[in-house]
Amino acid sequence: MAVLLLAEVTDGELSVDATAKAVTAAQALGDVTVLCTGASCAAAAETAAKIDGVAKVLCAEDPLYGHRLAEPVAALVVSLAGDYSHIVAPATTDAKNIMPRIAALLDVMVLSDVSGIKDADTFERPVYAGNAIQTVKSRDSVKVMTIRTSTFDAAGQSNSASVEQIGAAVDPGLSEWVEDKVAESDRPELTSAGIVVSGGRGVGSEDDFALIEKLADKLGAAVGASRAAVDSGFAPNDWQVGQTGKVVAPDLYIAVGISGAIQHLAGMKDSKVIVAINKDEEAPIFQVADYGLVADLFTAVPELVEKL
Amino acid sequence: MKVLVPVKRVIDYNVKVRVKSDGSGVDLNNVKMSMNPFDEIAVEEAIRLKEAGKVEEVIAVSIGVKQAQETLRTALAMGADRAILVVAADDVHQDIEPLAVAKILKGVVEQEQPGLVLCGKQAIDNDMNATGQMLAALLGWSQATFASKVEIEGDKARVTREVDGGLQTIAVAMPAVVTVDLRLNEPRYASLPNIMKAKKKPLDEKTAEDYGVDVSPRLEIVGTTEPAARKAGVMVGSVDELVDKLKNEAGVI
Ligand SMILES: Cc1cc2nc3c(=O)[nH]c(=O)nc-3n(C[C@H](O)[C@H](O)[C@H](O)COP(=O)(O)OP(=O)(O)OC[C@H]3O[C@@H](n4cnc5c(N)ncnc54)[C@H](O)[C@@H]3O)c2cc1C
Ligand SMILES: Nc1ncnc2c1ncn2[C@@H]1O[C@H](COP(=O)(O)O)[C@@H](O)[C@H]1O
Repeated sequence: MAVLLLAEVTDGELSVDATAKAVTAAQALGDVTVLCTGASCAAAAETAAKIDGVAKVLCAEDPLYGHRLAEPVAALVVSLAGDYSHIVAPATTDAKNIMPRIAALLDVMVLSDVSGIKDADTFERPVYAGNAIQTVKSRDSVKVMTIRTSTFDAAGQSNSASVEQIGAAVDPGLSEWVEDKVAESDRPELTSAGIVVSGGRGVGSEDDFALIEKLADKLGAAVGASRAAVDSGFAPNDWQVGQTGKVVAPDLYIAVGISGAIQHLAGMKDSKVIVAINKDEEAPIFQVADYGLVADLFTAVPELVEKL
Repeated sequence: MKVLVPVKRVIDYNVKVRVKSDGSGVDLNNVKMSMNPFDEIAVEEAIRLKEAGKVEEVIAVSIGVKQAQETLRTALAMGADRAILVVAADDVHQDIEPLAVAKILKGVVEQEQPGLVLCGKQAIDNDMNATGQMLAALLGWSQATFASKVEIEGDKARVTREVDGGLQTIAVAMPAVVTVDLRLNEPRYASLPNIMKAKKKPLDEKTAEDYGVDVSPRLEIVGTTEPAARKAGVMVGSVDELVDKLKNEAGVI
């Protein structure tokens, strides 16, 4: 069996962690061919070729793929699909945008956020915000799926697979890119960080969110947020952790001023160690915390920064 | 221009989900059901487009069991003009897969000829995040997913999308499928007079066969289990104790 893995490439750069985790999952299904796309993607393809378990890398370099628009990338993948039994990608927002389109064009269902692989047709995935795990057997000829990266370890990087240039497919000409607003940050990326410090509505304001960032910087951690903190403008949207935000499973997750709604837990309850700091001892976050501290965050967090 | 808004009847987001002990699924008997939260946002956006004079008619459509009527009445009470119910299942536990839903929606689109379909980004029961993208594919239309801002400018929609790296703005040719994210707007509550008025608004009833769509699932559900429980944690009395535990017991810092 053969697997086509759509790599996560942004502005010419491979997202190594997400791609390497998806490779680990894909390897269980057959020989893995990685597809890199982009206006420039030679460097990304070279990096992908180093990931252990990759048999071959296809590199489709064309301005058409510069901004990961769903219609052209889906058309390209569909043009290649005939050779593969499985088409997979890490469950990023790009892949969630593109993979269902590919599946529908192939007249098959998509499997979103696969968290376990039983065999070539049988997969596990969380439903109801992670409150249930479904095992499903696909009856489709081709399996199209996104992989929940937080449940797979990243493959190593000592490989040297061959890289093949391929041409662009047709341009459906339906959409154009206008602009990206990307926040630059020196902090580790949220979904691959070893430690995540998240703040919720309890932090109270955008200015006070600096407290959370200070703690994160002390620990070399990424910063996350609850939906309420993002909705209130304390933190940008790409920091949201949860059912409809990012799913993280770091070694240490520190939740500050977050109540622990199921939609938030859905994005972090697989973390190895969870710390909760909340002034309400009844807060549901304490039910998943390994270490709970009932305290006012405005005294506890500065003290923690000082004592770490 | 007409706008079509697919709305799904799902378990209310506040309800604690219970997995049935025989592993056959989640218990939906006597639990509160509501409109999928993202779909409320889609309905709200459609109504705002109408209020802004960009749209003439808002049509809500739901696919599933007969009880989805209630969900459609909610959309009508919020301000949708009429509704279409496509009955495709008898059992409340049978979920119609996004591919089949998209095929039925394609049939509805072909009849109604909307200029825009506004879907939710994700149904909070199956968490698939797929239907809108699939519908766009089947129609050969453009798609703009995870929208936090939608502006109609002539024959294009300019959409700001919430993506992993931040925000991306794209311009898509209309007709288009847009799927909406949480921060697009805050849905209104239906007022009592509007709830009364909604009872008189047209609600057409169809079946999956009317659209020639086979809804039998491609994914057979082999079993449903509870996620692994976390082991009970401890409460610490002070920041000092917390630091000590993290260093010496958990060994994570
Ligand atoms: C469809 C849908 C999808 C959603 N998706 C997500 C998602 O992806 N991620 C997500 O996070 N949420 C999501 N939500 C929202 C979720 O239901 C909750 O509303 C949200 O997580 C609450 O955020 P919070 O814990 O920060 O706020 P609150 O629930 O308001 O909790 C604030 C907490 O701060 C504590 N606090 C206040 N002041 C202090 C202080 N000085 N010191 C210490 N503690 C203090 C309070 O005791 C309280 O527990 C979603 C909701 C819906 C309907
Ligand atoms: N049975 C359904 N009836 C109406 N709309 C639906 C149905 N299923 C999905 N949708 C729409 O598609 C969106 C995404 O759902 P899903 O792909 O299942 O996560 C929802 O927010 C709805 O707008």
